Amino acid sequence: MIRFENVSKRYPNGYEALRGVTLTIGQGEMVFVTGHSGAGKSTLLRLIPLLERPTSGQVLVAKANLARFGRRRIPQLRRRIGMIFQDSRLLYDRTVFDNVALPLVIDGMPHAEIQRRVRAALDKVGLLGKEQAYPETLSGGEQQRVGIARAVVSRPPILIADEPTGNLDPKLSEEIMRLFQDFNRVGVTVIIASHDLGLIRRLGHRVLTLEQGRLIDDWPGRAG
Amino acid sequence: MAAWRKRLAGFLAAHARALVGALGRLYRAPLPSLLTAGVIGISLALPTGFLLLLANVGNLAGDWDSGPRLSLFVRKEVAAERYRALARELAADPQIRSTRVIAPEEALAEFRRASGFDDVLELLDDNPLPPVIVIEPRAELDPERLESLAARLRALPQVALVQLDSAWVQRLHAFLKLLRRGIWVVTGLLAVAVILVVGNTIRLDFLNRREEIVLIKLIGGTDAFIRRPFLYEGLWYGVAGALLAAVLVEAARLLLAGPARELAALYGSGYSLGGLGFDGLGKLLLTGAALGLLGAWLAVGRHLASIEPR
Repeated sequence: MIRFENVSKRYPNGYEALRGVTLTIGQGEMVFVTGHSGAGKSTLLRLIPLLERPTSGQVLVAKANLARFGRRRIPQLRRRIGMIFQDSRLLYDRTVFDNVALPLVIDGMPHAEIQRRVRAALDKVGLLGKEQAYPETLSGGEQQRVGIARAVVSRPPILIADEPTGNLDPKLSEEIMRLFQDFNRVGVTVIIASHDLGLIRRLGHRVLTLEQGRLIDDWPGRAG
Repeated sequence: MAAWRKRLAGFLAAHARALVGALGRLYRAPLPSLLTAGVIGISLALPTGFLLLLANVGNLAGDWDSGPRLSLFVRKEVAAERYRALARELAADPQIRSTRVIAPEEALAEFRRASGFDDVLELLDDNPLPPVIVIEPRAELDPERLESLAARLRALPQVALVQLDSAWVQRLHAFLKLLRRGIWVVTGLLAVAVILVVGNTIRLDFLNRREEIVLIKLIGGTDAFIRRPFLYEGLWYGVAGALLAAVLVEAARLLLAGPARELAALYGSGYSLGGLGFDGLGKLLLTGAALGLLGAWLAVGRHLASIEPR
């Protein structure tokens, strides 16, 4: 599904975030990316939806070489990748419903279909009934779940989460991770950057460890 | 077929959403929106008013026959059959389209009627007015050839005086032409002003909504999707400004209509100021909409690429 071939990324200020990373993530896999802050976790994730372009090497998503994606085709790529951030990045002047509906609106979906899908997504994250609330009135965990609902509402085949539990307490973190497991179970490829090692080991999925931009460990997980 | 329909419906729904959404945003911030629309309105009202005035003056000038005319005052001692023969002869000239003779008796009768000097004219022993041949030259003659025609006629032994009547009408037309050119220059400058005003307003709005734009790019919104609401916003500004301009121009016309009618009455004319009409209003609205759209397009285009997700 996703393949990195000898990928390096050097930022204009000379900082080398990734050095010669090669890896393959299969369809329907759930993978954690871990390492100290500054090890290159975020950069690795940002290369997949073309938030960054590699300095050298190739990134392939669903067999398509991202180097061939011009500016105009980037939206096509991003619509197939759900993204979740540490800060939930909601629009605070819109209701929960409007926030979650945004990817479908962008896609030009008819109104009735949007209604149905948004309710289904909110139901999935346990926030049905909060459609008309504004994000400010929700707790941190709830806001994060709104962000997740927005990422999955268009049913993308790939889900990317960058430190999705960074601001949450252990109990909420585990809830959120279980939610990702649910999505993974229905066939979504899930890639999560996190430094919460205890939680990651407990879940037992594949773990990629980065150190100073190099891939130093690829633990296949308990399930295989 | 079904998929095609669905796409069209989605496309129309997206446009309707952007259209109404943009209107909603303007409505939620009424004062700044009104101020912007006001500036656009005045910028559009000025050239519209000028052009309307010009059209009115042009109509007025058009009421007078704009073709030049030569009046030949024949020497009094020339007999009637002689000057009538001269008129016929001149009518055959290649540079002359037609001639008309005003005999002294006719001229006197007209003068009597128009001047009211009836009693004074009774005192005269004989008619002091000379016979006149009014000559209409061919329309294609330019002022130089007209002048040489006048000189040729002046050299005729029977002729006392040749007067080129319509020089002032020509001057008026030349002046109107100059004025029209000037007004178009001003119109062009004000159109640029409208584009800049809309562009600046949209630019500020665009930068204020940076967060939202970043997010939309992040989740796969196309440039067209991002641009659309701003284009409609520009469109609304232009249309609102044009409506305001129409109101201003009509108000000014109503203020001027009374005095204009009085002035026309003094000249013995039933002339009254013409308004914009449906045609003019349509053109004004289209112009406003186009300028608003253009301003928004330029503003958004400049900044769209600079806002990228971090």
